[in-house]
Amino acid sequence: MTIAAEARPVPQLTQSWLVRLFDYKPFLIFICLLPALGLLLVFLSYPLGLGIWLAFTDTRIGRSGVFIGFENFESLWHDPVFITSVWNTLLYTGVATVAKFGLGLWLALLLNNHLPFKSLLRALILVPWIVPTVLSAIAFWWIYDPQFSIISYVLVDVLGWRDTYVDFLGSPWPARWSLIAANVWRGIPFVAISLLAGLQTISPTLYEAAMLDGANAWQRFRHVTLPMLMPILAIVLTFSVLFTFTDFQLVYAITRGGPINSTHLMATLAFQRGIPGGQLGEGAAIAVAMIPFLVMATLFSYFALARRKWQQGEDND
Amino acid sequence: MTDQASPAPRPHLVDKESTGVIDWSSGPRRFITLYLPLSLFVIVLLFPFYWMAITAIKPNGELLDYKNNNPFWVKSPTLENINKLLFQTDYPQWLLTTMTVATVATALSLFASVLAAYAIQRLKFKGSNYVGLAIYLAYLVPPSILFIPLATLIFQFGLYDSQLALILTYPTFLIPFCTWLLIGYFKSIPYELEECAMIDGATRLQTLWKITLPLALPGLISAGIFAFTLSWNEFIYALAFIQSAEKKTVPVAVLTQLVEGDVYHWGSLMAGALLGSIPVAILYSFFVDYYVASMTGAVKE
Repeated sequence: MTIAAEARPVPQLTQSWLVRLFDYKPFLIFICLLPALGLLLVFLSYPLGLGIWLAFTDTRIGRSGVFIGFENFESLWHDPVFITSVWNTLLYTGVATVAKFGLGLWLALLLNNHLPFKSLLRALILVPWIVPTVLSAIAFWWIYDPQFSIISYVLVDVLGWRDTYVDFLGSPWPARWSLIAANVWRGIPFVAISLLAGLQTISPTLYEAAMLDGANAWQRFRHVTLPMLMPILAIVLTFSVLFTFTDFQLVYAITRGGPINSTHLMATLAFQRGIPGGQLGEGAAIAVAMIPFLVMATLFSYFALARRKWQQGEDND
Repeated sequence: MTDQASPAPRPHLVDKESTGVIDWSSGPRRFITLYLPLSLFVIVLLFPFYWMAITAIKPNGELLDYKNNNPFWVKSPTLENINKLLFQTDYPQWLLTTMTVATVATALSLFASVLAAYAIQRLKFKGSNYVGLAIYLAYLVPPSILFIPLATLIFQFGLYDSQLALILTYPTFLIPFCTWLLIGYFKSIPYELEECAMIDGATRLQTLWKITLPLALPGLISAGIFAFTLSWNEFIYALAFIQSAEKKTVPVAVLTQLVEGDVYHWGSLMAGALLGSIPVAILYSFFVDYYVASMTGAVKE
């Protein structure tokens, strides 16, 4: 090889040297991983660590802070707005997730029937998930308008079920439920279409066997559909919980945390304190307070994945 | 469970067409249990878009008067709101910015992801599974906990208020997603094809470029359009890292620039929301199946 290379003219030599370098496996692995890992390390891992560090400092915009230990967390612990935001986040995640999965599973089961225009239907159902969240949130803002809400119009002027227009966003509890409704609306398509994909992988022979054994519709759902759907359900659930818990856009677009800070989620509060408020340290502390929940969700996802491998066997990759 | 069930003889109890979840027989019952809830779902899921569209073309008189006009319809549609949006605001500029940022961020992420997925799936090395897992974990880190430290980083790099800030930060959520999707696609391509090419004297990069990538084209399209959609829809980074009105992306600009004072111009707001949704909607309508594949693929892998 070396002799042959020496016999060639010089440009050929450099080229073949380069070509051989790019065929040298360790170097190739390094080069291939460099762009992805480089970007992720600089703009994801490093900021993640930096965020944790900032949470223990009193950094403000334009002034680097000093280490202050747990002071941020202590002051947050006594901050009613922060405590409200934690409860809001838990309520928002809990209620919206249950509703999304109940309705999404129902929709998936409906779509799993033999239907005309099935692919068109599936395409239409996914639209809320494709469109930028903020832009559909603005539509909800308009739907929840105190004077010109179309929901109020239907309830008061068409159906006559109420006498007054609903003040959706003017007081804390109605505002919270309105936000949850908007989040459920946006989340159903993702849950439904993912679960539909899971449903379609369940072999019809299982249902036939269950029917031969005399199982009724509910029993077939409970003992065939649900166990077979469990692995994909667990993963979709993890993603859904993760993204609902850290949701920012809907609340920021519809209420901006109002009225009187009563609908803040942890993410919106972190933004409000950190960027317009300039208290980077405190904002980072709020963001860091979300991490334990996220770690739990991630572990859940990991074990669900592991369980799926075990369930399906290695040949069924 | 599968092993027990598979040898069972196929009975002819079930209609082959139905997937067998619930075998509805008669018409009225099927209507109540299937078509009625299904149409309710579709109506509720699509109503906000109808409402957006109808508001965008309503003249102000009709918009704010429900007593004399049926709010669900428009008597004299007008293009004034859209006209105002396109010619009296920076809307075209915002569209252009969003398009540029989304395209460049997608291209960058695809480039990085193809190489990373190839390294992890094809150049099997010690610890490649761990690198794959690390990239998967990166997907689980939400932007909401990163934007504050990222803002300080962006400031240090002198990228604040520039498109480059978004182009460099969007890959943090695009790369993990695309890499996982592409690993799945690469897995489905027989390695023998690449081996043949390499026996014929192709280098590894040539094999990647000439054999693997053309075969993984559906995966590339899925990852690409999906990444584009995610970048188009991104909000929190664009809100935190961009300050000048004319440099904002559409989602941020509609929310922060079109809302003036206490009086909301719902007509132009809705027109802005609608126009900002149209590019992704068009992309979506052409590639529905790829979207579904990438969404379910990301969940399955």
